[in-house]
Amino acid sequence: MSAGDALFPLIEIRRLRKSYVRGKQVLEVLHGIDLDIPEGDFVALMGPSGSGKTTLLNLIGGIDSPTGGELKVEGRRIDELSGNALAAWRAETVGFIFQSYNLMPVLSAQKNVELPLLLTDMDAGERRRRAAIALDLVGIGDRAGHKPNELSGGQQQRVAIARALVSDPRILICDEPTGDLDRKTADEVLTLLQRLNRDFGKTIVMVTHDPKAAEYARRTVHLDKGTLVDGSGH
Amino acid sequence: MLGKYLPLVWGSLLRKKTRTAFTLLSLAAAFLLIGLLQAVNSVLAGGADFLGANRLITQAKISFTTPLPMRLMPQIEAIPGVEHVGHSQFFGGVYQDPKNFFPQFAVNPQRLRDTYPEWTMPEDQWRSFISTQDGAIVGKILADKYGWKVGDIVPLNSFIWTQKDGSRVWQWRVVGIFSGRDREWSDRANLMYLNYGQFDEARVPQARGLAGVFVVRVKNPMDSGRIAAAIDGKFENSADETKTQSEQEFQLGFLKQLGDIGFIVNAISGAVFFTILILTGYTMSQAVRERIPELAVLKCLGFTDRTVLALVLAESFLLCFLGALAGLLLASAVTGALPPEYPIRTDGRVWLFALASTAALATVVGLPPAWHAMRIRIVDALAGR
Repeated sequence: MSAGDALFPLIEIRRLRKSYVRGKQVLEVLHGIDLDIPEGDFVALMGPSGSGKTTLLNLIGGIDSPTGGELKVEGRRIDELSGNALAAWRAETVGFIFQSYNLMPVLSAQKNVELPLLLTDMDAGERRRRAAIALDLVGIGDRAGHKPNELSGGQQQRVAIARALVSDPRILICDEPTGDLDRKTADEVLTLLQRLNRDFGKTIVMVTHDPKAAEYARRTVHLDKGTLVDGSGH
Repeated sequence: MLGKYLPLVWGSLLRKKTRTAFTLLSLAAAFLLIGLLQAVNSVLAGGADFLGANRLITQAKISFTTPLPMRLMPQIEAIPGVEHVGHSQFFGGVYQDPKNFFPQFAVNPQRLRDTYPEWTMPEDQWRSFISTQDGAIVGKILADKYGWKVGDIVPLNSFIWTQKDGSRVWQWRVVGIFSGRDREWSDRANLMYLNYGQFDEARVPQARGLAGVFVVRVKNPMDSGRIAAAIDGKFENSADETKTQSEQEFQLGFLKQLGDIGFIVNAISGAVFFTILILTGYTMSQAVRERIPELAVLKCLGFTDRTVLALVLAESFLLCFLGALAGLLLASAVTGALPPEYPIRTDGRVWLFALASTAALATVVGLPPAWHAMRIRIVDALAGR
């Protein structure tokens, strides 16, 4: 039984279009995408460079705005939210994991993980406690006091995953999360993501070029030239 | 509430430790200079304040370099509220070498004692000063510095006064060594008083009978303003118009003779401020440019545009206030170590001016990069566009 069969759609995408203006040219990157992602799904978005997969990921994560169509998450039109409302929605609903980790180099692993919690009313003690739990969960609790440049690539990505998890979001947005890692470390990180999906019910949308990485997902969606070529379903 | 962001702001400052350290040093140096200059300005801008002044100085209205005739003295003494009147003439001598300059004044010894009871000296030395025509008394600081003792002859080469025989070298016999009645006055005992008797008799005839200024000691300091007005009123429209002011204001007059010190001080402060504005502005812009992706990540995490703007502004304020605080504390230490005759202090006015300048500086240098950070588009920043 797939997650898509069992659970209701958490993310509903209808006729989603995205264009960019480059000089005098209007470049349409997504041409009316329709896609449902149920809660608890783990979707790998694959496709050649320029196919629009990162653009689609950014739209789902609420860090970019579509040119047309509808994008609902938990039944709420996020494409209609204003800047501040969208920021609040991201803080509450989405965790981001990037290819190059994007940790704050001046902060320890612990402080990096605490960052999303600064936007809440939690006191310092509670922030510390939750960050410690998140770091333990990704297996790097013993490195809490280390700064990013004192950690390996795999360890940095684990810190980034802990940061994405700490506010307990329903959706994890992963942009090539293993792109900078060797095979063994990549497998460890992907196994961790798989565990978060299976054991903690996190809905994961992951962009990847790597077919082996995509094997960890429940399903794969292929894009080419801004359209879905297979695997879509709603 | 805002304290929770402090590690993030502080961490951003420490991202490039060397650059931050040099910027802080520059800010500290600039605010040390601004603090000192404004301390001077604060004193100059203070204006005449007679309140509590028990000693007034009466000088010629034209300039303190223009002498006044001695015949004015009994008329001043006759004004109600005046307790004692002395006179003083700046001598302008150097000892052996031009770099050995210290203040010397030709005075009537008894009148000096009456008008400056703060000076203390053994009774026999006071008597000796009064009775010795070529006598001089020296402050203890000076005596210690040059190793003078009672009985020594001290030749002074005056760059102002010539003797009848054309010589500018005057011989003075040390007859007393004075100190102050308390620590503050003892610290001021670095000058020399000369007996006006020899001074007036030996100088060229046309200069005789003239005093540089009159020193007026009043019975009640609260009457100082009225007495000053009475003295100046008495000689108004005469050939010898006077200007009477408090002793402190008179001392500041020396500085003001050099030019519009206030303007010069403000001009230098302005130049320093502009320089530090450019330097810190460049540093802040550079610091933000280097962290565009990091700021984009903060926005990804849910930080609003305004929060990001506030974080960058907070960084600018923290940097500027730390540098300014270090500079102003140094300025306070420097002015605090000055001897009492230099009444320059980094008082409340100076701190207020400096803090307002710092806030303006932090806003001006922080706002453009903060605005830029606020306007960052997440996807462009993450893509390195």
